[in-house]
Amino acid sequence: MTRYDYHKPETIEEALSLMACLEGAKYIAGGTDVMVLIKQKKLMPKHLISIRNIRDLGSIDTGNGLKLGAAATHNHIDGNDVIRRWYTALTDATGHLGSRQIRNVATIGGNICNAAPSADTACPLLVFDATVSIIGPWGRRTIALDDFFKGPGSTALREGELVQAFHIPGFGENTGSAYIKHTRRQAMDLPIIGLAARMTIGTDKHGGLSRCKAILSGAGSTSAILAGIEGEGWRCEDARIAMSVVAPRPIRAKKAEAALKGKVISGKLLQEGGELAASEASPRDSIRGEAWYRTDMIKVLLKRAIVRSIERVVRPDDGPDRARTQ
Amino acid sequence: MRKEIVFTLNGEEMRADVEPHWTLLYFLREVCEMTGTKEGCGYGECGACTVIVDGKAINSCLYPILEAEGKNVITVEGLVTSDGALHPLQKAFIDNGAVQCGFCTPGMIMSAKALLDTKEKPAEEEIKDAIAGNFCRCTGYVKIIDAIKSCGEGR
Repeated sequence: MTRYDYHKPETIEEALSLMACLEGAKYIAGGTDVMVLIKQKKLMPKHLISIRNIRDLGSIDTGNGLKLGAAATHNHIDGNDVIRRWYTALTDATGHLGSRQIRNVATIGGNICNAAPSADTACPLLVFDATVSIIGPWGRRTIALDDFFKGPGSTALREGELVQAFHIPGFGENTGSAYIKHTRRQAMDLPIIGLAARMTIGTDKHGGLSRCKAILSGAGSTSAILAGIEGEGWRCEDARIAMSVVAPRPIRAKKAEAALKGKVISGKLLQEGGELAASEASPRDSIRGEAWYRTDMIKVLLKRAIVRSIERVVRPDDGPDRARTQ
Repeated sequence: MRKEIVFTLNGEEMRADVEPHWTLLYFLREVCEMTGTKEGCGYGECGACTVIVDGKAINSCLYPILEAEGKNVITVEGLVTSDGALHPLQKAFIDNGAVQCGFCTPGMIMSAKALLDTKEKPAEEEIKDAIAGNFCRCTGYVKIIDAIKSCGEGR
């Protein structure tokens, strides 16, 4: 067993000063990554500074947009009804990460700071334009999450810095989102690829919503649903697409987003979007899937995630559990 | 370097001097000699070490002992009543043939208990979700799910 001392500061200031004065110290939150790395001897800290007992860090604030404390656990987020309704892609991710035991302790800050290319909460936070507030020995700063990831396990955090919270703006009723984790099994697995979408749709036609509802409930396949939506002339006012395990870090598909914006939603448009998103990816062959397969699945999942996002605009009360299974 | 810690273990106050690098699992098995809680993988993958902390199922192999300070910890040893009677879940596992080699059973039962404590009659999908982090390499899970279900219905 690696021997280390364990510190439990109750304020952020205390945590920062411990980090400043202790040699070989490492922050720990839920510990589901840090403890494993220690056991594997990939990490041999002399001190662990636990941020679990800093009260503000674990909070979720839905007053003005969404503020997620870095030490909020996946289960805490998963049980929040406001997030389930308005930031559904995030609930898609927090509900399917690891196991119940892991989700009870693992934090969203840990998932992001670990910066795995497969991080489940990264794609949802990217499509919600999340910003990261960081505190460190030199003060506070806020950066876009898109600028936070640098590579596998590598972030914009400087020495001694700590992520305090993630800030996400509010979105209106015309916005829906979804995250699809493509896995071989439903639990305890990392994604082969992950893809999140956020769609804001133009509903200028009066009564379009109820007709769309009928289309969505009647039609079975994704292509049939898309044909129906196209007939209604629904426009994509704004779109965000993010993908994981297709690059050294979770990435936005910005070309695909630009191609979708302002257009009438159709199967053909989403096909184009999928091709563009695939061109923005640089996946590798790995034990979970080969590069060609991952590239192909981007096109499939982009369509599914967007249709699911639209479904959620039309039927916001259904929530993630009722969503069509893959 | 030892630090004093106080928490509730199976309903009784536990006061101990612990090494800061111990996990809760190490403390339970090696110090308290409560070997009901098992160590399988040691990496949070298998769930054999599942215990309940403040009502939530957690992997004790990844849980730093000092985080238990002031918490309410329940292990499989805490399920048996003082007169030795088995907990309804334990009985249901036996009645349904949900135990083969038995190594996953304590963790499986603790995950099931955490679920039943929050939901009296869980749906099959909820049961599957609650034990998704508990590996059983013998039974194929069907009888385990049956056992948990029968316990929910029996209430």
